[in-house]
Amino acid sequence: MLLAPVVWILTAIIAYFFAAKTWWFPPPINAHGIAYDVQFMRTLIVTGIIFVLAQFALGWVIFRFRDDGRRANYNHGNNRLETVWTSATALLFLGLVLMGTKIWAGVHFDKPPADAVPIEVLGKQFAWSFRYPGPDGKFGHTDLKFVNDTAGNPFGLDEKDPAGKDDIVSASLKIPAGKPIKLIMHSRDVIHNFFVRELRMKQDIVPGMEIPLSFQADTIGTYEVPCSELCGLGHFQMRTTMQVMSAADFEQWKIEKAQK
Amino acid sequence: MSAPTHSAHHAPQGFIRKYVFSLDHKVIGIQYYFLGLFSVFIGMALSLLMRFHMVNPEAKVSWFASLWHTAAAGGMMTPELYLSLMTMHGTIMVFFVLTTVPQSGFGNYFLPIQIGAEDMAFPVLNMMSFWTTFIALVVMIAAFFVQGGAPLSGWTAYPPLSAAGRITGPGEGMGQTLWITSIAIFCGASLMGAINFIATVVDLRCKGMRLMRMPLTCWTWLVTAILGLLGFAVLLAAGLLLILDRTVGTSFFIPGGLMISDQIITNHKGGSPLLWQHLFWFFGHPEVYIAILPGMGVTSHLLATFARKPVFGYKAMVYAILSIGFLGFLVWGHHMFMSGMNPYSAMAFSVLTMAIGVPSAIKTFNWIGTLWGGKIHFDTAMMFSLGFVSLFVTGGLSGIFLGQPALDLYFHDTYFVVGHFHMIMGVAAIFGMFAGTFYWFPKMFGRMMNETMGKIHFYATFIGVYMIFTPMHFVGMAGNPRRYSDFTNIEYLAGLMPVHKFMTHAAYFTAAVQILFLINLFWSLWKGPKAPMNPWNSTSLEWTIPSPPPFDNFAGVHPVVNHGPYEFSVPGAPTDFIMQTDPPSVTSEG
Repeated sequence: MLLAPVVWILTAIIAYFFAAKTWWFPPPINAHGIAYDVQFMRTLIVTGIIFVLAQFALGWVIFRFRDDGRRANYNHGNNRLETVWTSATALLFLGLVLMGTKIWAGVHFDKPPADAVPIEVLGKQFAWSFRYPGPDGKFGHTDLKFVNDTAGNPFGLDEKDPAGKDDIVSASLKIPAGKPIKLIMHSRDVIHNFFVRELRMKQDIVPGMEIPLSFQADTIGTYEVPCSELCGLGHFQMRTTMQVMSAADFEQWKIEKAQK
Repeated sequence: MSAPTHSAHHAPQGFIRKYVFSLDHKVIGIQYYFLGLFSVFIGMALSLLMRFHMVNPEAKVSWFASLWHTAAAGGMMTPELYLSLMTMHGTIMVFFVLTTVPQSGFGNYFLPIQIGAEDMAFPVLNMMSFWTTFIALVVMIAAFFVQGGAPLSGWTAYPPLSAAGRITGPGEGMGQTLWITSIAIFCGASLMGAINFIATVVDLRCKGMRLMRMPLTCWTWLVTAILGLLGFAVLLAAGLLLILDRTVGTSFFIPGGLMISDQIITNHKGGSPLLWQHLFWFFGHPEVYIAILPGMGVTSHLLATFARKPVFGYKAMVYAILSIGFLGFLVWGHHMFMSGMNPYSAMAFSVLTMAIGVPSAIKTFNWIGTLWGGKIHFDTAMMFSLGFVSLFVTGGLSGIFLGQPALDLYFHDTYFVVGHFHMIMGVAAIFGMFAGTFYWFPKMFGRMMNETMGKIHFYATFIGVYMIFTPMHFVGMAGNPRRYSDFTNIEYLAGLMPVHKFMTHAAYFTAAVQILFLINLFWSLWKGPKAPMNPWNSTSLEWTIPSPPPFDNFAGVHPVVNHGPYEFSVPGAPTDFIMQTDPPSVTSEG
């Protein structure tokens, strides 16, 4: 009996914190993020209503149908009710997932435009590296035997390849605002995961695979990139940042970085 | 459904044959129960150490240093020790608690009795499956004590981290080898158990026990056994491949061109890390239902019993159990939306995942329908069943977010996931076990448990688990990644520390309350009031025999079933329940 108010109070507290948005997502920085938040809110409203109704109903039957001397109904069920709630939940759940497919398709099926900025991402225990092709637009040849992390060559750039001479290697990700970006992601050892909260995106980086991820970021600022797939004892320290810069600042950064 | 002849063995004499290497399904069920009880306290202790470290990453505790000379030298827990605790917490809880107690423990004890059999179909196999599980547990715990300690690759053991050996981190040497060996042994044990359960249901039902007259508990044990048979077979194969990769240099899961800890890996090429994930989750998702289905069965059974009403929509419940079992094998890809597998397949997996939400919702509706118009008795067993429904709803609904690949783009590997699966696969399943314990303890041990202690334990645990696991959803929404040993390196996590502190204290509180359960359990074993034959006025067959039951269950009599399992409050009947074995004349057909 006491359980009824306990269930109701717990439900109210949980509902309150969702409504008050005490702990919440950071603001999105692109159109995908905005669409993501719409789909999240849609799902939250549907599941929120079901949550409150179901917990309330549970509390209600506990309260209303406690043993107070009445006889229980002899009742084996109701096929019409079964059909109604089966089809209603099926429609609701299926509808939700279908509404979300556009967002998924936007991340994974749309080809990035030809002028997208290509950036190679390298994950290793427990650091990130990013490579830009430089003015020639070509990535230089790499080989594991040239890898030297302490000398600033995590990718293993081959000094003999002229295409690699102008490649820019950076420990943090810098991108121009409002431009399509195309990441080409590799891992050198175990699985890592590239995640930026404000982009509303994450992707595992699997050794032996080349995994593309394209997006655009519109809001200038610096955002954290925490590794989001268990990669070993330093997993919690595997962090970098993604800095979204104006197009001019980005070009300036590339020039400065190339001179070093 | 002929009378069983092969299981007509006689009560053994002598302690070893009676209590240690017993062939009696009831003793084996109790052995599994206590193996799970031991494991759950180990698993819980590990989680407390983890929660402590998360909010006190710099703390120096002297007894840590005496437990772990290198991994906690000077008393400060290292990140690798945290990850070892995490791996072992997940593994012990999933395999040795959630898989073991609801199915092998309660199922072993009560499935044969509820269908009117004298024992399981293969008693020797049954004994072997328990002792094989025991060996698996010993091997698993041994991983703590070898050089480098327990593995740190999580209960999912993704390669290459889990496959490339010692160079990927401490614990990835002997510890990881023992881990995967233990899992392989456990798979063997579970396969033996699964075959036994299926054969028992098919062959040993007594006269009149048609499939559609079985209690829903038996249906869930049957479907769980089928899931175990198919799932553990695949995990066993995957486990053997991983052992080969680790020990003899094959490359099933290790691709070429790797460089780990500044060493170029030359002896592996051509393997696929994703292959492991597919094989693992082909087992791993059905495993979720292996953990929760028996709890659903117990809940259905108890809601009817204590509301004194037939189960609402018995047939719909059976079909829902069957469709969960079937669909459970088609949704493994939703663990891999972010894995780099073909993004088109994610669409198919997400639709199927939403589809499996439907039978789960049907069950919830039917539970409320069962309570509606009832005459509810609030015994502790019933409290835990009601708690199960509440937790199942809460934990199930967060799955609607995670089942959508679009939303998983953010939530994958955050605390939102941790909150989700702990709510449903963790505590809801454990509430099913508590419910089963309070309900069946009188039958198993011939004594009643203490209701007052039981109620206090229930309320504190119910509120406690909500306090631990609800906030995880919020920190997940704020982007808190899981499997982090400390949160000081990511700037945006600083603001979430108060929430983590709250969850840690809630965990201390909830764990402390479990001592009350232990006291209740062990005090009642020796001092509880004697239990009558049928303390809850239940209808199923275990309540027609003495508490505890004699060695061959029905004392040589072959029971005959005339009624459905949930004939409560039948109009015109002399009492508000009709036992399944009551003569047909008592009232209408069930």
